[in-house]
Amino acid sequence: MVTRGFTGRRPPRPEAERLPPGQYLTEDFPVLQLGPTPRIDPARWSFTLREGSKPLKSWTWAEFDSLPRTRWKGDIHCVTKWSKFDTAWEGVTIDDLLAAAGIAAPTAYLLAEGYDDYTTNVPVADLTEGKAMVATRYAGEPITPDHGGPARLLVPHLYFWKSAKWVKGLRFTKVDEAGFWELRGYHMYGDPWREQRFTGD
Amino acid sequence: MPIWQESRIVAAAAETPRVRRLTLAVGWTRPFRAGQHVDVRLTAPDGYQAQRSYSIASSPTNPGTIDLLIERLDDGEVSGFFADVAEPGDAIELRGPIGGAFVWEPAQGGPLLLVGGGSGVVPLLAMLRHRAEAAPGVPALLLYSARTAADVIARDELMRRDAGEPGFRLRLALTREPGGRRIDAARIGEALAALGAPAHTFVCGSNPFVSAVSDLLVDAGVPAATIRTERFGGETP
Repeated sequence: MVTRGFTGRRPPRPEAERLPPGQYLTEDFPVLQLGPTPRIDPARWSFTLREGSKPLKSWTWAEFDSLPRTRWKGDIHCVTKWSKFDTAWEGVTIDDLLAAAGIAAPTAYLLAEGYDDYTTNVPVADLTEGKAMVATRYAGEPITPDHGGPARLLVPHLYFWKSAKWVKGLRFTKVDEAGFWELRGYHMYGDPWREQRFTGD
Repeated sequence: MPIWQESRIVAAAAETPRVRRLTLAVGWTRPFRAGQHVDVRLTAPDGYQAQRSYSIASSPTNPGTIDLLIERLDDGEVSGFFADVAEPGDAIELRGPIGGAFVWEPAQGGPLLLVGGGSGVVPLLAMLRHRAEAAPGVPALLLYSARTAADVIARDELMRRDAGEPGFRLRLALTREPGGRRIDAARIGEALAALGAPAHTFVCGSNPFVSAVSDLLVDAGVPAATIRTERFGGETP
């Protein structure tokens, strides 16, 4: 349906090709979260892998900080329509986390859990083979609290609500369990290139 | 889940010098919840599309139409269209209602603390309008920061509600008026003293505004889990 009188401002072609459907480019880095930024004391921070309620492996901040580190640079896409290009992150890949824990993923799904009790579900296959990390640095600096520091999940090929801020652990689940937004009408998978914003998209 | 629907603009009016009110007919079968938003999609003749999200300002008790209050942003591709081009009779594509976290329903009760900065007041208007109609016994306070008196969205209505609704109080913080002040710890303290401990707090505005206010609220002893935030923009204004 053509909107009367709307001409729009097309991005230049190289930019347009990098934008998933319905997205626009921002130079800014918008902040989205449910509530206040949680106050996290690095001395009490820990990161835990669980299978259901059973802890598999836990790291303190100092232990986590000594794990192998990986850099990733690329584009991120938020379901609220903004995309940001060439974002630079550093952290520990999920492959390296599993290796450090000495385990293989026990199930095919998991929920990322935040210190603010936020949850979001991601298939394990979307986290391994270099596809995701627990990031602790952005643009060469520690991630600021508003952007999820000290550590956030980074799953850049899915809408950014999957990249849980203030992440405290990953909980492996037998089935694909909906997280916070997925329970509230957002898509279980969230591929921006297929514009999977909401259930049924 | 919400599908794209053609929705007709049935009324348009200037709300403030920078904000235009558009009333849209929606064919929703179920009432939305105060605080929810819609996505709109505009399509150019060559197929190019732009999407944006806008909060609903009107009360869910009028399910046939919704009001959007759209602030013209400098250089805004979509907000500029709504400011200059869109007129009653035009149809746009819309889907909604969307959002399940920044919502208030009468059954949640109160006291209800609403803190808005600039056009961040819009979803809070839906809440206080719904409260007045469906749960007037719930104590509510709106602490609203705007640049000048002329920038206050729904000013006459808010003043009228402040004077006429026993359970509702309005506190304006006009930052660019003579003697104006920002929302600070003292303003938060005054609001909490006037309202009583809030059961639910909703904060909406630019990210720096929401960050500052939610930190002040937590410092003042409001439990973080009872505070919901909605933000626009990044870390710097």
